[in-house]
Amino acid sequence: MSTPQPPMPQTAAPNWQAAPGPAHPTYTSPIPVVRTNLGHALASEWTKIRSVRSTMWTLGVFVLLVVGIGLAAAALVAANTDEGNVSDETALGFGFFGLLLGSICIITLGVLTTASEYGTGMIRTTMTACPSRGRVLTAKAIVFFAVAFVVTLASAVLVALADVAMVDAREPSGGEWLKGTVGVSVYIALLGLLSLVVGSIIRHSAGAITIMIGVLLAPLVIAMFMFSESLRGLQQALIEYSIPNQLSVFYTQSLTESGPTGWDPLWIMLGVTAAVFAGALALLEKRDV
Amino acid sequence: MIEAVGLTKRYGDKTAVYNLSFQVRPGSVTGFLGPNGSGKSTTMRMILGLDNPTAGHVTIGGYPYRKLPNAPRQVGALLDAKAVHGGRAARNHLLSLAQLSGIPARRVDEVLGVVGLQDVARRRSKGFSLGMGQRLGIAAALLGDPQVLLFDEPVNGLDPEGILWVRNLMKSLAAEGRTVFVSSHLMSEMALTADHLIVIGRGQLLADMSVKDFIAANSAGFARVRTPDTEPQLREKLAGALTEAGGHVLPEQDGALRVTGLPLPRISDIAHGTDVRLWELSPHQASLEEAYMRMTQGAVDYRSTTDQKEGLQQQLPPGAQPPMPVPGQGQPGWYAPPPPQQGGQPFAAPQGYGGAPETPNPYAQAAPQAPQPAPGHAPAQPAPPAAQSPVQPPVAPAAPPAPPTTAPTEPKDVR
Repeated sequence: MSTPQPPMPQTAAPNWQAAPGPAHPTYTSPIPVVRTNLGHALASEWTKIRSVRSTMWTLGVFVLLVVGIGLAAAALVAANTDEGNVSDETALGFGFFGLLLGSICIITLGVLTTASEYGTGMIRTTMTACPSRGRVLTAKAIVFFAVAFVVTLASAVLVALADVAMVDAREPSGGEWLKGTVGVSVYIALLGLLSLVVGSIIRHSAGAITIMIGVLLAPLVIAMFMFSESLRGLQQALIEYSIPNQLSVFYTQSLTESGPTGWDPLWIMLGVTAAVFAGALALLEKRDV
Repeated sequence: MIEAVGLTKRYGDKTAVYNLSFQVRPGSVTGFLGPNGSGKSTTMRMILGLDNPTAGHVTIGGYPYRKLPNAPRQVGALLDAKAVHGGRAARNHLLSLAQLSGIPARRVDEVLGVVGLQDVARRRSKGFSLGMGQRLGIAAALLGDPQVLLFDEPVNGLDPEGILWVRNLMKSLAAEGRTVFVSSHLMSEMALTADHLIVIGRGQLLADMSVKDFIAANSAGFARVRTPDTEPQLREKLAGALTEAGGHVLPEQDGALRVTGLPLPRISDIAHGTDVRLWELSPHQASLEEAYMRMTQGAVDYRSTTDQKEGLQQQLPPGAQPPMPVPGQGQPGWYAPPPPQQGGQPFAAPQGYGGAPETPNPYAQAAPQAPQPAPGHAPAQPAPPAAQSPVQPPVAPAAPPAPPTTAPTEPKDVR
């Protein structure tokens, strides 16, 4: 009988069923069954993010860059500024360079949070343990955002306090303090969140990191080579809405006069991230893991 | 209880699984067999809701996996031993899974103890050997103490102690009333572990029956009867009487007779009745491996006539994949010729390379050439000096095909 055979009906196979041991109809575990929710997924993702070295490395380098460059820039200015030469700008702006460079670390960590699960195959284990795929991505997003925000805020506040103390410049107002610390931290964390979501869509660490660094730098680089007069408008828009310029808006030292002002960059980044997040959720539900 | 109905999965124009329907019942270990690329892992992924079937559906306890309330407490799975983040310590890996499923953290240390990894719990799984990785995967499957367990190749890379442990683990899990569904290429292991078999080839169901039935249906056992070498006429006399009684008698090269279709006691009675002394009357049970080879061999022939375009591996018939993965397996004649003192069961396969295409049913002719001296009969006497055909030698030790009607009863009687 080497031809395919239809599955046996249950009654047709009593001999093998009776063979092994006592015939328990089903097995019931003594461990209490709880109804899982997002809280469980959050605890799990927190364990995951704190138990890999890439988190420590990327965040370590990030803090080093933000604090190091922020302090160095302020120290240089403080040493070379003549007495009495009071600038219109506040000292908060010296944190900008460190954050711009450090954002690459946040992008990397964001991408790795999702894409590394695909790279290692861990995602199959995760999705088996939690078939609600949206819950997993949401938990990842929340945990990562919290981590990125807290670390960025701590570094930014440290740099801001030090810079304001070191450089003899205009005292920042309360609104400027808020934008230069909390505002910029939310922005950086959102940028990382966007990277996380892109990592979930691309499912490949190197590819997603490349895309995100492209998003970070390409608009400025492309705009630099737009010499033609007819492209002037596009060049202007590319520069104004490039991430580095949006970041600088938080320090009220935009490269241009027009373009986003005040808290605009935050809303832009929030909108983009939300849209991509929705796309990632839809893809996650639809695609095979 | 796992139930698949008309399960089909296509990747582009490649059909990985086609119209697969089966049930996996609680209380026993169900083996899932099939050549490489036959769709076993795809089926497992569909059961776990990781891949969406193109058609059909599969349920666990009546629910699709993704609709199961608290799925990890009902189903545990080892899909791929390396499906872990290598940079994470074993304990943290399990802890994250436990937290995701709402399982108390102390259960993590419990399963680490069960699989014997407590000493390396704090080490990153990147440095684990394949066997340690398997143990970690098994630990993850056991974490939720689930009622349904799926294991894809659980004994890969395990040491003999580990293989024995997994074998007993599967059996004890099933004995507790759980559903255990396990795929493997190790036929000897399956023969010891599984109670029931689901065999697929090229994504289609080939068999769904108990191990005993499977062996009986696909590779019949036989009785070897040896009459005194000194009196050849007794042999002819007995052969005649056995044929008369409805048995199927084939002479073996060393002078023994291979009898199918008659139970052992009956053969003894007939010999007594015809006044023939016996030097040997022994049962020979075909192995699961041989039966599997025969079955998947048949699948190739069957499939190549009906589904050529959708084939997974035209150049390499599924039956050609030996259960022991060794470099060079794709080469014809890779198998060593059967040593004469062995039963030769595993060597039904090479026909797939050598002569099978032009010899659809080689067994009937091949059997007489079988060089199978019984243990204890050292000098084999080539009574009928049949010329060894270069096409068929590996086929020879295979059991003769029993008529399907007698097949299910015969091995039981022989034993």
